[in-house]
Order: sequence, then C-alpha cells, then structure tokens
Amino acid sequence: MNDRPNSLRTGPDANGHFGAYGGRFVAETLMPLVLDLEKAYEDAKNDPKFHAELNGLLKDYVGRPNPLYYAERLTQHLGGAKIYLKREDLNHTGAHKINNCLGQILLALRMGKTRIIAETGAGQHGVATATVAARFGLPCIVYMGEVDIERQKPNVFRMNLLGAEVRGVSSGSRTLKDAMNEAIRDWVANVHDTFYIIGSAAGMHPYPMMVRDFQCVIGDEIKTQMMAVEKKLPDLVVACVGGGSNAIGTFHPFLDDSSVEIHGVEAAGEGVNTHRQAATLTKGTPGVLHGSRSYLLQDSNGQIEEAHSISAGLDYPGVGPEHSWLKDQGRVKYFSATDKEAMEAFTLLSRIEGIIPALESSHALAHVARIAPAMPKDAAIAVTLSGRGDKDVFTAAAHLGVKI
Amino acid sequence: MSRIEARFAELKKQNRAAFVPFITAGDPDADTSLAIMEKLPAIGADLIELGAPFSDPMADGPAVQASSLRALKAGATMHKTLEMVRRFRKADNKTPVILMGYYNPIHHYGTAKFARDAAAAGVDGLITVDLPPEEDEVLCVPANAQGIDIVRLLAPTTNDHRLKTVLTGASGFLYYVSVAGVTGTKTFDASEVEAALKRIHAASPLPCCVGFGIKTPEQAGQIARIADGAVVGSAIVDRIRLLSANGAKAAELVKDVAGFCKSLADSVHAARG
Repeated sequence: MNDRPNSLRTGPDANGHFGAYGGRFVAETLMPLVLDLEKAYEDAKNDPKFHAELNGLLKDYVGRPNPLYYAERLTQHLGGAKIYLKREDLNHTGAHKINNCLGQILLALRMGKTRIIAETGAGQHGVATATVAARFGLPCIVYMGEVDIERQKPNVFRMNLLGAEVRGVSSGSRTLKDAMNEAIRDWVANVHDTFYIIGSAAGMHPYPMMVRDFQCVIGDEIKTQMMAVEKKLPDLVVACVGGGSNAIGTFHPFLDDSSVEIHGVEAAGEGVNTHRQAATLTKGTPGVLHGSRSYLLQDSNGQIEEAHSISAGLDYPGVGPEHSWLKDQGRVKYFSATDKEAMEAFTLLSRIEGIIPALESSHALAHVARIAPAMPKDAAIAVTLSGRGDKDVFTAAAHLGVKI
Repeated sequence: MSRIEARFAELKKQNRAAFVPFITAGDPDADTSLAIMEKLPAIGADLIELGAPFSDPMADGPAVQASSLRALKAGATMHKTLEMVRRFRKADNKTPVILMGYYNPIHHYGTAKFARDAAAAGVDGLITVDLPPEEDEVLCVPANAQGIDIVRLLAPTTNDHRLKTVLTGASGFLYYVSVAGVTGTKTFDASEVEAALKRIHAASPLPCCVGFGIKTPEQAGQIARIADGAVVGSAIVDRIRLLSANGAKAAELVKDVAGFCKSLADSVHAARG
C-alpha cells in the first residue's frame, strides 16, 4: 500500500485514470483482454522472479546501468549550469525503448502469448521489439507508416534483419498514429494469441502505467548517479516528449522531490503557431484517441489532426495521459523546440562532444542550450539522451542540403 | 414508446428479423448520402445505422475506414450528420436511426449538448465503439435523459462476468459483434453466433442484432433465422466506393445501392419463411 497522500507518484487509480486523463477507451472485443493484461501485470509486479529476470537482462543484455556523462565541453560552450547526459543511446539497440520491450515480452511469455505486434514511428521501438522477439524466439510484426518507412530506412532494414515483418501502413497521415490504429486492428482480430507491445506511455490502461514503470529505471539511475558525483539531486531534469515514454521514465522518480525542476520538450516542427507541428501539450486540447483521454491535436470538429516533426519519433498528435495530468498539476513544465533548433542541437552535440544524438533527443538538448546559459554554474541539469542519431543521418543530411 | 421499442414490437408480431443497413453520413457527399438514406425505409430497412465519420476509426476495416475518409473529405462534421437526420425525419418519423461512431467527436461537441441536439434531430440510439460501459456514464446519463438509448456491443470475447457489466445500463437493443476482428474482414460462424445469442437472451430481455462480417443476402438470411436483426455495413459502403470510383452519377449510385439493400432486406424478411 502506498501511504503517501501528498505524493504525485500514486497514479493511476483502479480504472487507469490520472485525474481526468487516461482510462480504457477501447472496443468491447478488446476490453476483456485489456483487463486480463492488467491482472497479469499486477501479478508480475508482485513476483520477485519477474524482477530478477528483467534486471538480469537489463544488466547483461542491455548494458545497464548506462553512464550519466558530464558533458564538460558543452557546459563550457554554453557557460552556465553543469550538463549531464543520461546515455540511453548507449543501450543495446541504441535507445531507451528496449527497457520497456524487455518488460513487456517477459509479461507476454507469462501470459502464454505466442505472437508479438508493435507500432513504430522512428523505428526505434520497432527495432527494440524485433530485438526482444528474436531473443525469445517469437514471431513479430511491426506496423509502420509509409512516410516513416521512407525516412527511417536503416531501421526498417534492421527490423527485417532481426526477423520481424514490417507492414507498411498507407491510411491517414501514414505516420505513427496510423501505425497505432493498424496495430490495434490487428490485436482485435488476433486476441487469442497476440501480445501488443506498445512503445509509448500512451494507449489504454494499463499501458501508460506499465510503460512508465519499465522506463523508471532511467530516472532511478539518474538519481543514484547524480548523488554519487554531485552529492545532491539535479536542479533540473529535461527530456523530449512525443508520446512521452523516456520523459515519464526520467521524470517520475523526481516528482516528489520539490527541489527538482522538471521540463518536457515537445516538437514544434516548423513553428508552434503553424499547422506543421507536434506540440500536443502546448497547442492541443483534451480528447480521446487510442484508448485514453489526453491532450490531442484536433480540429474544431474533433477530428484528429496530422502532426509534423523532423523527428519521426515525436510525430504524434497525442501524448501520454500522465503528462497531461502533470501539465495541469503544474508539476512539469512543457516547452517546445522547432525542427531548426533541434537540428542545431544535433550538430552542436556531434561537434562538441563527439556524440550524435537522435533527432528526438535533440529537442531536449535544444531546450537545454536555450536555458543553461542563464543558470548558475553550480546548478546541475540532467538531460536524457533517449537515443543515438545514426538512424537520422539521412534526414539530417537532407535538411543540411548534403547528398549522401 | 420509443421508435426502437415500437419497431421491435412490430417485428415480433410479424415474426421477422430486422434488416439494419449501415451507411456513413456524408459518403460520398452530403446530398447523395441523404438520398440513399431516404430510400432505405421503402426498400425494407427496419432500422438505420448511420456512421458518424471519424479520422481514426480503429475498430473498422478498410471499407468503413475509406467511407469515413470520403465523407470527411467531402466536408462531413457531427453538426452536418445531425442535420442529415433532421432532414430525414421530415419524411420519416417511424424508422429508428442509430448513430454509430467514436467518442472523440462527441467528447469535443460536449456530451450534454450533443445529447440534446441529437434527440432534437431525431436520433434514437447511440453506438459509441470506443466507449465501454466502464467509461460511458458521461454520455449515458445525458442521452437517457433525452430519451436516447445506449446500444451496447457484445463480442465473442465477452465472458459471463463481463456480460453483466455490459448489460447494466444497456437499452433499446443489443449489438452482437459476430467475429473477433474489425468490420468487414472475417466471416462469422453461424453455430458460434447461435450459441452466443442463447447466452445473451438468457441474460437480457432486449432484442439482439448481429453485425460485423455479414456481406451477402444469403449470410443476412442466415443471421435473420437466429437473431433479432442483421446489420450489413462494409458491403454497402464498399459498393458506394466502387460506384464513386467508376464515376457513377448520384441518381445511378443511389439506385444501385438501394437495389443491393433491397436484396439484403428481402433475404432477411424471407428468412423465417
């Protein structure tokens, strides 16, 4: 039992609600499955063997804990607060997504499911899912929008290499939201044997809670590592927010630490006041999509609008319900960075630290570059580098006008 | 007595099942869509299921997805969908109209205002695919207050324990989803549907219609022998797609779709011989 009445870490309630957000908005065919999944997850959570197996894999297969790296040259360049990078890019598969995929596939095995499906935007979650499916010998189908297949070809090849089938989705905006629709349709039609590994802290209960729990290893490690080097908690933690899985994993362990300021950074695309953006919390309004109530980009008739970002992983018109709640609570502040600002941060980190960040993470770095200079030199910022940028070199080259 | 109750009472007297065609409001455009709807009672539609278009219809297969997108492209909105019902009601005050769709457009409209406007337009029931009993109080309460029925979905995955949850608060009639899947893809197994209906009828006095996976007059007849109604959707809207794609004129399209619906209705009405 949790006896911390003033805690911000007790959600969701029994029906999966974070305040007015979250819930289970799914068709009746899925409802019994969603309830089964919730029960199986509760059982697993209370089983020390489940945690022992997961922790063993996180250590020996993923390579955790990954470093909290002091970015000395970036700090000097910006001339303000000390900047630490949480190196999720150094995980096996090159992003934070694997943390959650391992947790979910162990759950799938416990439930006796024999077929894995997933949706992917940038391809990082697809690669992580294909990886764990290969590791445990289960067939895997990854739904991916045709637009994303085009801009993330290296990841499509990686998924195929790992034995997964990548199914192109040609409906709607042909990006992440449509891939998620198609994965849900597959799930409805194959409920008896299929486990749907959702990569984002979004979707119907219990996914937002479960994904958060599996990603909290990021924030928990930051806490321990920062204490070891700085003998204090960070003054500010920063992460990028698409659906919001690396962000909620980074933020959640710090929610009750009032000295820690928390910033999430969304993708403003071509500008937060244009129609080509993905800043859901900044510009959206509450609505219901993909099984939960949350902020959404929608038109005046409640139709979902297409999002845009240079980074495929942030190109989503919704956001996890817990982020919506944290925004309304005021505990986390949400900002945005444009395609251009993210590209500048992408180039800066590559040149100055020898680290090529994912375009998603570059949005968080862009925000840090904006605010670190004005912060005191003894302040410490922890920013989550959610993934590596190798997958983005084609997009970046095109943006910079370079032919490769 | 509501239009839905009156219609099922009438059908029971005649020992017939209901033929329930589904079309998407505004597909392929507002005027043609209304023209199709106005023809339906005359060709034997006992109730009409009218789809309210949504950009992300995640429980629907390719045919209904495409019809939703055609309607949105032609400018469909929830306001225009209600306007279509209002115009339909000018000539028909008997045929129940059930609005089927997803929650977000209703949420955005505001549930209380939506319930008032829908009742005023002449809507009799609501099927909101992604609003399960656990979440639908926010719509149930204002809808029931306006005399609108909340039609609940039951699926092959609905176990006995859930059956109780789903039946609590259900009104009008029940809708059994005959296959675990999205609309218009798989084909039902008649003996499985029959067993499910036995279970449902033992638990509820409400009539139960069956849909998802009924494409031909033969299949509609098969369902009409065992259920209180047969819903056909994907096969109808796919016909609209094909005719539009081939450049059919509106009058020609309406005539063809009405003709197809008549063949379904005839089969349903003849089923119990």
